[in-house]
Amino acid sequence: VTSAVATAERERTVTPRHVGWGAIAVGVIAWYIALPPILVRSFVPSVVLGVIAIGAGAWVLGRGENRLGWGAIAAGVIGAGGAVASTRSGAGHLADVVTWSALFAAMLRFATPLLFGALGGIVSERSGVVNIGIEGMMLTGCYFGIYGADIGGSWVIGLVVAMVAGGVLALVHAVFSITLRADQIVGGVAINLLALGITGYLYVEHYGEQGTPDDVSRVPDVTLPLIKDIPFVGDAIGKTNLMTWLAILLVIVLAVFLFRTPQGLRLRSVGEHPRAAETVGLSVIRTRYLAVIASGVFAALGGAYLSIGFLGSFNQNLTAGRGYIALAVVICGRWRPGGALAFACLFGFSSAIAQRLPTFSDSGAVLFQALPYVLTIIVVAGVIGRSRPPAAIGQPYTRE
Amino acid sequence: VSAVDEPLAGGALGEPGPDGGGQTSAARLAAYVQGGGVIVPLLTVLLAFLAGGLVILVTGHNPISTYKAIFNGTGLNWLLPWTSSADRPAAALNLQQTLILTVPLILTGLAVAFAFRCGLFNIGGQGQYLMGSYAAVWAGSSFAGMAHFPHVIVAALAAAFVGALWAGIAGLLKATVGANEVISTIMLNYTAIYVGDYLFGLGGPLQNDAQRSVPVSNDIVPGAKLHVFWGDPELQGLHIGIFVALLALVVFWVVLNRSTTGYEVRAVGLNPEAARSSGMSVGRNYLLVMAVCGFFAGLAGAMDVLGWQFRIATNDIDISQIGFYGIAVALLGRNTAVGTFFAALLFGGLLSGTSQRNLDPTIFEPELASNLTTIIQGLVVLFVSADVLVISILRSGRRLMPWRRSRT
Repeated sequence: VTSAVATAERERTVTPRHVGWGAIAVGVIAWYIALPPILVRSFVPSVVLGVIAIGAGAWVLGRGENRLGWGAIAAGVIGAGGAVASTRSGAGHLADVVTWSALFAAMLRFATPLLFGALGGIVSERSGVVNIGIEGMMLTGCYFGIYGADIGGSWVIGLVVAMVAGGVLALVHAVFSITLRADQIVGGVAINLLALGITGYLYVEHYGEQGTPDDVSRVPDVTLPLIKDIPFVGDAIGKTNLMTWLAILLVIVLAVFLFRTPQGLRLRSVGEHPRAAETVGLSVIRTRYLAVIASGVFAALGGAYLSIGFLGSFNQNLTAGRGYIALAVVICGRWRPGGALAFACLFGFSSAIAQRLPTFSDSGAVLFQALPYVLTIIVVAGVIGRSRPPAAIGQPYTRE
Repeated sequence: VSAVDEPLAGGALGEPGPDGGGQTSAARLAAYVQGGGVIVPLLTVLLAFLAGGLVILVTGHNPISTYKAIFNGTGLNWLLPWTSSADRPAAALNLQQTLILTVPLILTGLAVAFAFRCGLFNIGGQGQYLMGSYAAVWAGSSFAGMAHFPHVIVAALAAAFVGALWAGIAGLLKATVGANEVISTIMLNYTAIYVGDYLFGLGGPLQNDAQRSVPVSNDIVPGAKLHVFWGDPELQGLHIGIFVALLALVVFWVVLNRSTTGYEVRAVGLNPEAARSSGMSVGRNYLLVMAVCGFFAGLAGAMDVLGWQFRIATNDIDISQIGFYGIAVALLGRNTAVGTFFAALLFGGLLSGTSQRNLDPTIFEPELASNLTTIIQGLVVLFVSADVLVISILRSGRRLMPWRRSRT
């Protein structure tokens, strides 16, 4: 990668874009070499690489690629800074925190509920209905997932009950925001409060002080026979929950649906220009209803993953803001399933780090927990790229 | 370049679209959720309580005795002449609790209401409240030698200014690049939680000096505590913060209805384009309004810290909900001063009436009841979101709403 920078200075056939991406990679490498397993204990190589990244970033900036330029400079600063911090902390501590395969597996665990929630958000918002209520729909799926699995005796029933409950709550949002033309943001806030109250109430009523049973049926992990023996890959994805694979599958299905099928085009057109969509014979109301209900079902799956896939238990307000991170994923991922996958993984990774970091730095862990929220503020501020929502989002539709 | 010149810049939810009639969703709210009318809010509350009663009934409890126990828990029976003298001391204690909770609810309610009147939706009251409370606990636990009065003023103002700065981030982003304030304030809420976790958590810069294994702040010094004028200070009597909240209501009303600034704020809220055409700076108003909102919410944090909490533990930060209740208070109070007061009293009563401390557990489990409060809160917000629903129950059509025009 360093050669990419070098060649950039020799010949002009390499565009500033290439240099920019190369510089970002250099910044990442600057930190990477200071961490296990490579574990360079001197900060000099990292700082040199960081400076190279910053310099290349400045060069790119001068060629008009602002976003990439600033990205490269940030990568250089963060990479070098992180590496300096790493070289100053004990190698044992670093080994505790940075085990790449375990981090990767944890990233997938944290990313799964975010991904379901974000896909739900994408479907709803692409049809023009803001869905702040993702958090509440997730929480509903969370409770009803474990309730269904407990009563029905099987995680399959749990998932079905969760999907129905999430769909019903989404139906409430749909009735208010589409038929009654309520304000969608206020409606979403209400959905979150309702879900918090109802699941809390039912939890106390049904499970009270004992909590949910320990032996509740859980969504199984998928063990990949051959892959689990490959050194790094085996630890990372050899034994992953079924729901994680389902979420990744859903990303592909949704991406194809939205951008490669007539129905997907219709859904998007309803969100961009409902009047035009109605003119060519689409039912805006019906499309939006279906989209909002689907969003509730998806979000509920994410919630159910938390209770019967990941934890095996439920507590009041178990989602604790994950639905809002899912919202952040939607915005940062620019209302695209692929983008959502990338940002769900990024935020999942920061949660994974945050989970392991307290072994030697509580404050550092907090920083990583706050990352999704801070990054989203930066993104809506338009500092790194513009994220443009569907044009008709938030507007109730009235037929003429 | 201001927000409204480039309507779609920077992830702006609810900005003008092809069919939107050129209004943001919050601007639409500002136009219809404002001023006047007692019947609609009352009916909203009635519906919410009926639906809550249905939940109680379906789950096999008695709604009437439950609501009666909650009412007694609020201490509002102290105001009834026929309450026996034997019940009066307990009722007084409960009423003090209700009013203590009403203080921050009024202030966070104003933080939301003021933004609404400018066409902004401030979901960030919680974050601004938290940031304010951090500042208050820092200022209140420092400067130990300071005299009582200036110390309280310094701590309260520090809280209000930190709250204003925190909200100002969202206001600045809205004014300069058009960043949607709903998204930025939601994210600032969670960022504020983690700021608190960092400050008061293990090894944090503001963690207490005595017990390094407990993630809690230092106690504020006695000199920074607000004066308790009703009840026993040891039993969380009512502190003078209630007068601060009432004063804030007056200030809110005067600024909004009797000042040029308030006129501009309302004009921007009703129609940003028209306001700009008549020479007002929409962006400047957005920034100013968000800062004022943060000022109110930060002050709420100060009243709680200086009035009865005296310290901040990271656990409390995670479960605090006062700022979110502010949304329901403002919506139910229809963004007016008087409405905000009564809505805050209602939710203050609900919160204290369903608390572990005040509700009779033999009649209804407090833990169930606090969730019931959340349900009622959600229903209120849901019904307000679709005013149409409540209004159509009264009667359909626009004839019922002439007061909306007269108020603006």
